[in-house]
Amino acid sequence: MRAAAFAKRNLKELLRDPLTLFFGLGFPMALLGLMTLIQRNIPVHIFELDTLAPGMALFGLTFMALFSGLLLAKDRSSALLARLTASPMTAADFLLGYLLPMLPMAAGQTAVCLAAAVALGLPPSWNLLAAAASLLPSALLFIALGLLCGTLFNDKQVGGMCGALLTNVTAFLAGIWFDLSLLGGPLHAAAYFLPFAHGADAAKAALAGDWAALPVHLLWVSAWAAAVMALAVLLFRRRLTER
Amino acid sequence: MNAIEITGLTKEYAGRRVVDKLELSVPAGELFALLGVNGAGKSTTIKMLSCLTAPTQGDARLMGHSVTKDSHQAKEILAVSPQETAVAPNLTAAENLELMAGIYGRPRQLAAQVQAQLGLDRWGGTRAKNLSGGWQRRLSIAMALVSQPEILFLDEPTLGLDVLARRELWSVIRGLKGRTAMILTTHYLEEAEALADRIGVMNAGRLRAVGTAEELKALAGCQSFEDAFVALAGEEAAS
Repeated sequence: MRAAAFAKRNLKELLRDPLTLFFGLGFPMALLGLMTLIQRNIPVHIFELDTLAPGMALFGLTFMALFSGLLLAKDRSSALLARLTASPMTAADFLLGYLLPMLPMAAGQTAVCLAAAVALGLPPSWNLLAAAASLLPSALLFIALGLLCGTLFNDKQVGGMCGALLTNVTAFLAGIWFDLSLLGGPLHAAAYFLPFAHGADAAKAALAGDWAALPVHLLWVSAWAAAVMALAVLLFRRRLTER
Repeated sequence: MNAIEITGLTKEYAGRRVVDKLELSVPAGELFALLGVNGAGKSTTIKMLSCLTAPTQGDARLMGHSVTKDSHQAKEILAVSPQETAVAPNLTAAENLELMAGIYGRPRQLAAQVQAQLGLDRWGGTRAKNLSGGWQRRLSIAMALVSQPEILFLDEPTLGLDVLARRELWSVIRGLKGRTAMILTTHYLEEAEALADRIGVMNAGRLRAVGTAEELKALAGCQSFEDAFVALAGEEAAS
């Protein structure tokens, strides 16, 4: 009940911020359109929709980290969180309240991104639904990363961490723009140690109907998501009771 | 019955004692004003009582619930209006009040009732960030009232309000006396004199004197309450 009331507030705060709508929906769609346009004008196959669209859907989810992190960090710096901390809300209520509104936003963003890809020429198939579903662990991962950053940093720092660093790391190490095998050696190993490339590969595999490749990627991302969420919960609890 | 029982409440930050062995009882329904110069320890005391910061030593019981051992139960019956305006900026005034009703499990009608009680009806559909400072302040106080708390902590509630708004809020606070125990901190001496059943003067973390406004004037040997406050707070500060 408390978590639901708080989640409702957080959803309204997010949806009423025009920047959220622009970066959440517009920016990934614009990039997808731009890359497709570039592909149509170059002779080599770099930005094909069947690999680009799942990658862009993953990239769009990085903004979930920014939104959840900023919301939590701004709340932490305001007296509103002090008021709510003096209420019977528990740490679980707080975190559920921040997490729940992000999930429909992530689902909506993925749906819009994949629909845009279909409009640009990606053949529609049931595998699109599987690709969207395969992005759920990645959505949880980015939301958890946002909550972790929001717990540790102020809103300006969260802007830098999630808005600049995380988006760039994801863009480069998820294999969205280029084949990761081009990196070679340690960078390739680092990319596949981190969860982002696995998140993109899971969505690509689902879209291609390569079900055998799916579990390992999903497990890898899920393990990272669980670990980051556990750390976020632990640190948030500590902050809340650090009285 | 005492709503608030404070025993040896102490807070230290990095070895510096900001509240020093506070002892105080506030009966149910009483409005107790806590006065003191800046840095006297008033806000830290409110933070400890509202379970926002843990005491270094000592304890306080709110309707029998310890703020150190039973803080979840204590939080069910207390509400706080922080010194800073504490509203959700992108929510309307009505939504802010409904948020608090939802968090405390109270019916939504209570939110509408408090909205009317504090004259917020005409701003109900306005986002909090678009309200003037004074109306935001009033909304912030209204949010503390939605849960119908048994104990209410008001940390400088009328700071930034104009005279009319202040008087209206005084009327609301007077209406709560008798059914809600309140501790109010303020720098406005006339506010304490006008509203409080008893007044405590804090300085350097210690409660220097407690009594009615008349008792404090008699204690300090002064005609005006302001002189009495200066004498009590200043004299003790020098000691």
